[in-house]
Amino acid sequence: MEKPFAITLNPGSSLANHTGSWRTVRPEYVSRLPPCNAACPAGENIQGWLFHAESGDYEQAWRALTENNPLPAIMGRVCYHPCENGCNRQYVDASVGINSVERFLGDEAIKRGWKFATQAPISGKRVLVVGSGPAGLSAAYHLTRLGHQAVIYEAAELAGGMMRFGIPKYRLPREVLDAEIQRLVDFGVELHLQTKVTNILDTLKKGFDAVFLGVGAHIAKRAYIPAGDANKVLDAVSVLHNMEDASAPMLGRKVVVYGGGNTAIDVARTAKRLGAEEAIIVYRRTRDKMPAHDFEVEEALQEGISIKWLSTIKEAGESDIMIEKMALDENGFPQPTGEFERIEADSVVLALGQDTDLSLLDNVPGLIVDKGLIQVDKGMMTGHPGVFAGGDMANNERTVTVAVGHGKKAARAIDAWLRGETYAPPPKHEIATFERMNPWYYSDAPKTMRPVLDIIRRQSTFDEVLGGLDESNAQFEARRCMSCGNCFECDNCYGVCPDNAVIKLGPGKGFKFNYDYCKGCGMCVAECPCGAIRTVPEEN
Amino acid sequence: MSFQPVKFYQTGTFTVGNRLLPPEERSVQASGKRFNSINSGHRACQGCGEALGARYAIDAAMEATDSQLIAANATGCLEVFSTPYPETSWQIPWIHSLFGNAAAVATGIAAAMKVKRAKGKVGDVRVVAQGGDGGTTDIGFGCLSGMFERNDDVLYICYDNGGYMNTGVQRSSATPAAARTATTPAVGHDPGNVFGQGKFLPAIAMAHDIPYVATATVADLRDLEAKVRRAMEFRGARYIHILVPCPLGWGTPSHDTIKMARLAKETGIFPVFEAEHGEVKSVLAIRRPLPVEEYLRPQKRFAHLFGKSPAVATIARIQALADKNIRKYRLQARQESH
Amino acid sequence: MLKQMEGSRAVAEAIALCRPEVICAYPISPQTHIVEALGEMVKEETLTECEFINVESEFAAMSVAIGSSAGGARSYTATASQGLLFMVEAVYNASGLGLPIVMTVANRAIGAPINIWNDHSDSLSQRDCGWIQLFAETNQEALDLHIQAFKLAEELSMPVMVCMDGFILTHAYERVDMPTQAQVDAFLPPYEPRQVLDTNEPVSIGAMVGPEAFMEVRYLAHAKQLQALERIPQLATEFQTVFGRESGGLIHTYQTEDAETIVIAMGSVLGTIKDTVDVMREAGHKIGVLGITSYRPFPLTAVAAALKNCKRFVVLEKSLAVGIGGIVATDVRMAVTGMGLKGFTVVAGLGGRAITMKSLKALFEKAMREELELVTFLDLDWKAVNKQLDREKAHRRSGPVAEALLRDVGVVGARNY
Ligand SMILES: Cc1cc2nc3c(=O)[nH]c(=O)nc-3n(C[C@H](O)[C@H](O)[C@H](O)COP(=O)(O)OP(=O)(O)OC[C@H]3O[C@@H](n4cnc5c(N)ncnc54)[C@H](O)[C@@H]3O)c2cc1C
Ligand SMILES: Cc1ncc(C[n+]2csc(CCOP(=O)(O)OP(=O)(O)O)c2C)c(N)n1
Ligand code: SF4
Ligand code: SF4
Ligand SMILES: [Mg+2]
Repeated sequence: MEKPFAITLNPGSSLANHTGSWRTVRPEYVSRLPPCNAACPAGENIQGWLFHAESGDYEQAWRALTENNPLPAIMGRVCYHPCENGCNRQYVDASVGINSVERFLGDEAIKRGWKFATQAPISGKRVLVVGSGPAGLSAAYHLTRLGHQAVIYEAAELAGGMMRFGIPKYRLPREVLDAEIQRLVDFGVELHLQTKVTNILDTLKKGFDAVFLGVGAHIAKRAYIPAGDANKVLDAVSVLHNMEDASAPMLGRKVVVYGGGNTAIDVARTAKRLGAEEAIIVYRRTRDKMPAHDFEVEEALQEGISIKWLSTIKEAGESDIMIEKMALDENGFPQPTGEFERIEADSVVLALGQDTDLSLLDNVPGLIVDKGLIQVDKGMMTGHPGVFAGGDMANNERTVTVAVGHGKKAARAIDAWLRGETYAPPPKHEIATFERMNPWYYSDAPKTMRPVLDIIRRQSTFDEVLGGLDESNAQFEARRCMSCGNCFECDNCYGVCPDNAVIKLGPGKGFKFNYDYCKGCGMCVAECPCGAIRTVPEEN
Repeated sequence: MSFQPVKFYQTGTFTVGNRLLPPEERSVQASGKRFNSINSGHRACQGCGEALGARYAIDAAMEATDSQLIAANATGCLEVFSTPYPETSWQIPWIHSLFGNAAAVATGIAAAMKVKRAKGKVGDVRVVAQGGDGGTTDIGFGCLSGMFERNDDVLYICYDNGGYMNTGVQRSSATPAAARTATTPAVGHDPGNVFGQGKFLPAIAMAHDIPYVATATVADLRDLEAKVRRAMEFRGARYIHILVPCPLGWGTPSHDTIKMARLAKETGIFPVFEAEHGEVKSVLAIRRPLPVEEYLRPQKRFAHLFGKSPAVATIARIQALADKNIRKYRLQARQESH
Repeated sequence: MLKQMEGSRAVAEAIALCRPEVICAYPISPQTHIVEALGEMVKEETLTECEFINVESEFAAMSVAIGSSAGGARSYTATASQGLLFMVEAVYNASGLGLPIVMTVANRAIGAPINIWNDHSDSLSQRDCGWIQLFAETNQEALDLHIQAFKLAEELSMPVMVCMDGFILTHAYERVDMPTQAQVDAFLPPYEPRQVLDTNEPVSIGAMVGPEAFMEVRYLAHAKQLQALERIPQLATEFQTVFGRESGGLIHTYQTEDAETIVIAMGSVLGTIKDTVDVMREAGHKIGVLGITSYRPFPLTAVAAALKNCKRFVVLEKSLAVGIGGIVATDVRMAVTGMGLKGFTVVAGLGGRAITMKSLKALFEKAMREELELVTFLDLDWKAVNKQLDREKAHRRSGPVAEALLRDVGVVGARNY
C-alpha cells in the first residue's frame, strides 16, 4: 500500500537500529562443572548422562555413563555416591538419586544386552593388568577403548576382587557382577584367572609394554586379643571370602564382630543371615565417629543387629568375651574406664581393616611405599617407569568407585606413556555452585525412594535388600536433575531476552547471542536456571 | 516390595521451553519460529519488562488467532520505544492514536472488522488494545470502561509498571503506596506516594462482569500465555493486566526485571488470578512465601523505607496490603494431600 | 425525490445512502436527531452492513472512528459545541493520521455560559485542526455536502467536517430533494483506503516523528488542503452531473457583479442576508453577497476574485475571536491583501441571538456609508453590558456575569441541554 510519509512505517524495520552498541557488558555461554561430576571419584559425567535418561533414551544415557565407568550396575548398588553429597539439588529439596538411576541404567543394559563399542584403532600394544578388582577392570576397559590389548592376570578363581570376595550378595548379586565382567571380556579384555603374579618384572618381560597393578588390600589386620580358644577368633576378610566358597563359615548362634567399618557391618549382617540369633558389633567409639555409612548402620539395626558403642574386647573366652567400657576424652579419643562386662559369644570376627600384599613388587627399583600404600604420581605411575598402580593398594579411601577412577586415569596415562607423552588431564571447568543457579525454575519434586525388601527376608536370605527403580521412577528421578552449569536447552535465555537477541540453533545445538541487538541487560544470565551464562565486560 | 507413587514431573517446568514436552505443550516463546511481534532494534531500556511483556502477550495472541490480529496502542514507553520514525519494531498491523483512547480505537477496529467480515472481505480478525498503567487506569479509563460496558470484542492488555515512565517516572494511580516518583518525591513527613484507596483495575474490570479478566507477570510466562490463549477463546471485552517491572522507574538492576515480578507475586503484593464473568476462577498460588521487605528492599524507589532507621510502620502497612491480597484472592499455596 | 422533512433527518438519510460502515456517536443538542435517526435505521435494518456504536464520550466517538477508519471502514460521527471540544485531541489525531472520517458539526455556541443555540464558535475553534470544513447554507446543501464530503475525504485521505447551523437547519422542516441510492452509488465509489490495518500487509500507523520530519508531515497536510481547493469545485460539477443541481463548491456569490458593497458570511444566515440584499437592491443599492462554503481550505483566490470589483466588504460572522474580533474576517482580509478595500467585521448571532433583516439593513446601510466601526457587535444590549461593567467597577465581588445579565434583561426559560 502507498504509505503516508513518516506516520506510517514498514513492519519490523527497527532491525536497522543496532542496539548492541548500548552494551557495556556482554553475556557468554559457558559450561561449568556440576558438583556431582566434581565429586564422582570415577569422573562420571553425571549431568551428561542424566540428560539422556530424562528423555527416556536410556541406551544413550548408559553409553554416556560408561564412557567413564564400565560397571554401572555394580556402581548403582555399592557406590557410596559422593556425587549425591555434592548434588546442588539438596539445597532445593533432596539430592538427585543419581545412584539409583545409575543402577537402573546398569540393569537395563544387562537386560537388553547392550555391548560396548570399540573406539580407537588397534595400537598393537599389550598392557598387563594385575588383579580383576574394580581398579583392574576399569583400567583394562579404558585401555581397550584406547585401542590397546589389556590382559588381566588374576590370582583368584573368579574375577571381581573385593566386589566378589568382600561385598555380600545381598548388596551385590553375583549375576550382576558376572554380567558386567562378561561384557568386558566380550569387549576384548583378556582375563586369565588363577594366574597369580609373583614377580612383576619377570611377568612384564612376557611381551607387555606396561603394567597396571590393582591387587587391592587383602591381608586382614589383626589386633591382639588374649583368647582361650583361638579357633573362635576369625577375620572378616576370610569369613566373607568363604561365603563365596561352598563351605559357609561356622560362626555359631552368638556372633561378635569387632570393628566399626562397613566390613564389620557386612559381616554382622551376613552372620544374621547365616542363622545367628545374635550378632553384636563391638566398637570403640560412638555412632557419629563410626566410619561405616549411616545408612548401612541403620539397615543393620533394622535387621536386629545390636551395637555396643564405646567398647573394646579385652579377652575372648570359651563361650563369652570380656569387653571394657570406654569414654571419650576431650579430643574425642576413647579411653579405657576400667569397667568390664562379659557377653556371650560363640565366635569373634575381627573387622579391623586390610593391608596390601606387595610381595610381587619385591626387587622393583624406584618404588616408594608409605604406610603400606604404594605411591603414585598424578598419572598413577609408580616410581618405576611403566609400572602403574591404583585402587586399594594406592589409597586409603578404598571404595569401588575410587578404584574405577584410578583405573581410568591410569589407562589414559598409560596410553600417553606408550606414545612417549605425559598425560595431561583437560583443565577442569569452574564448579557450578548453587549460588550461580536460579533454582526457581525447577518444580518441586521429592526424591524417589528405592523399594526395600521386607524385613523377614532380609534376616533370613541373601536376597538383594535394596530394589531398583522401575522405568517411570528412574525417569522421574533423572528429571530431578537441574543440569547444573550446563545448558539443557530450557529456552529461558531465548525467551526472556527483551530484545530477541538470542538465536536458537535447534535441538542439541543450543543458542548464540546476536550481539547486534543484545543491550547487555543480563536478564538471560540472571534467569538461566543452571548458571550456564556469564557476563563479561565489553572491551571498548 | 513397597511402592512409591510417581508424580509426573519435568525438569524446569517453569522454564520457557522444555525439550521433554511435546511441541504442542511448549510455550510460544520457546518456538524458534515465534512471531517476534516486536522486532529487535526497539529502543526500550536495557531489561525493560514492558518490551518483554508485550512480546510475550502479543506473540501468544498471534498464535491464538492464527496471525489474524491487529493492535491499537496507547501513548507510552511501549509506543515510543517501538515506533520512532523511521523505524518500527512491530511486525503486525498496529496503530497508535493517543494516550487515552486505545480502548476506543480498538472498538473502532473491531467494528470495522465485523462489517468487513460480514461483507466477506476479511477473515476472523481479532483486536487487542494495549497501554501502560497510566494510559489504562488514569487517562484511558473512560474509554476502557465504555469498551467493557458495551462488551466490544477487544482484548485490552495493560502493562503495569507502576507509573508514567515515558514522561520520566511520575505517579499514576497504579503507583504503589510509599513509592518514590518524580511527582511523589521521598521527602517530607510521609515520603513517597500516598496510601490512597488503591485503584486495582482488574477488580474494576471484573465489576463490569466482562467475560474474562486476568492478571499476570513477566515472571510466569506459561501462565501469561495460557491467559492470553484463554482470553482469545471468548468474544467480547477481555482484560489482562500484566505486571512489567521497569528498571528505570523502580531503580532495579536491568537483570532483575523478572526477579522483581516474581517477588511481587510471591510476596502477595501482586495477586495473579483469572476471572470469568466477574468471578475468580483460579489463582496462581504463592510458591515460596516471602515478606514484602524482600520485594521492597532491592528497589531504589523504596530506598527511603530502609537505611539507618527503617520505616517499620510503613513497611507493616505495605505488608498488611499484601496480606489482604493473600486473604482476598486465596493466594496461599494449598498443601497437597497425599 | 422531493420530501418535506427535518434537516437532521435529511442528513441522516443522506448519510445512510453513502453506505457508512461504522457510525459512532455521543448525544449533544442539536446533533441528536441525526444520530438518533441513524441508530434507528441500523436497528431496524434499513441501514445494513453498518455498526452503530453508542460510545461513552465524544472523545471515544472520534477515537472509535479513528479505529474503524484505519480498519478500512467508512466512518461517520456527529457532534457539536462542548462535544467537539471534548474530542479535540482525537480530532487533530484523525487528520494527522490522514483518516477520511466524515463528521457533522451541528454548530452551537460554546460555554460558559452553557448555551445550546447556534453560532459558529465550535467548528471555528477547530480552524487549524487539519480537517476540511464545509458550511451548509440550507438543508438541501447540508444533505448534498455530506455526499460530497465522503468522496472528498476518501480521495484525499483527509477528514471532513460538514457544518450546519444548529436548530436553524438541524431542526427546521424544509423541502429537500432526496437522491436515490443509485444516484449516490454512481457518485460515490466504495471506500478504498490509502492505508489500512491489514493482517496481510502489516504496517505501523501513528509513528513518533521528531524534528527531522515533522515539518514535512505538517506541510503535506497543508498541501493536501491546497489540493482540496482544486477538487472541491470539480466535485461540485461532478455532483451536478449526477444529481442535476448545484451544491457545494468553494464559494457562492449573489449579486456581486456590480456590487460596491459585498457582505460575506457562512451558513444559514446567508438566506436572511440575501433577503435583505434583495430589498436593498430594490432601493437601488449596489450590494451583493459572498457565501463561503469551504472555510477550510480557505479559498483565498476565489474570495479575492469575487471581491475584485467592489469597494468595501462586510464580514458578518457568528463567531468571536475574543480580544481581536473576527475570525473569518481575518482570513478574508488576507485574501484581499493589497486590493485597497475597506473591510468591516460584524460579530452577530452569538449563542442563538436572532439576526433580523431590520438590523441587517441598518447595518449594511451604515457600512455603505462607511460609518461602521472596524468591529461591530450586532444588536448588542449596551445597556446591560454597561450596567455590568459599572457593577464590576463598584464591587469587588460583583457575582457571576451571566446570571447578573439574565436578571437584568429578564430572559425566561433558559433551558439547559
Ligand atoms: C566387606 C567389604 C565391603 C565393601 N563394600 C564396599 C561398598 O559397598 N562400596 C565400595 O565402594 N567399596 C566397598 N568395599 C571396598 C572395595 O571393595 C574395594 O575398595 C575395592 O574392591 C578395591 O578394588 P581394587 O581393584 O583395588 O582391589 P580388589 O577389589 O581388592 O581386587 C584386587 C584383585 O587383585 C587380585 N590379586 C591380588 N594380588 C594378586 C596377584 N599377585 N596376582 C594376581 N592377582 C592378584 C585379587 O585376587 C583381587 O581379585 C568393601 C570392601 C569390603 C572388604
Ligand atoms: C493527553 C496526554 N497527556 C499526557 C501525555 C504525556 N504522556 C505520554 S506517555 C505518558 C506516560 C505513560 O505512562 P503509562 O501509560 O503508564 O506508560 P509507560 O510509559 O509507563 O509504559 C504521559 C504522561 C500525552 N501524551 N497525552
Ligand atoms: S542436580 Fe544434577 S547436575 Fe546438579 S549436582 Fe545434582 S545430579 Fe549433578
Ligand atoms: S522507562 Fe521503564 S517501561 Fe519505559 S522503556 Fe525504560 S524500562 Fe521500559
Ligand atoms: Mg506505566
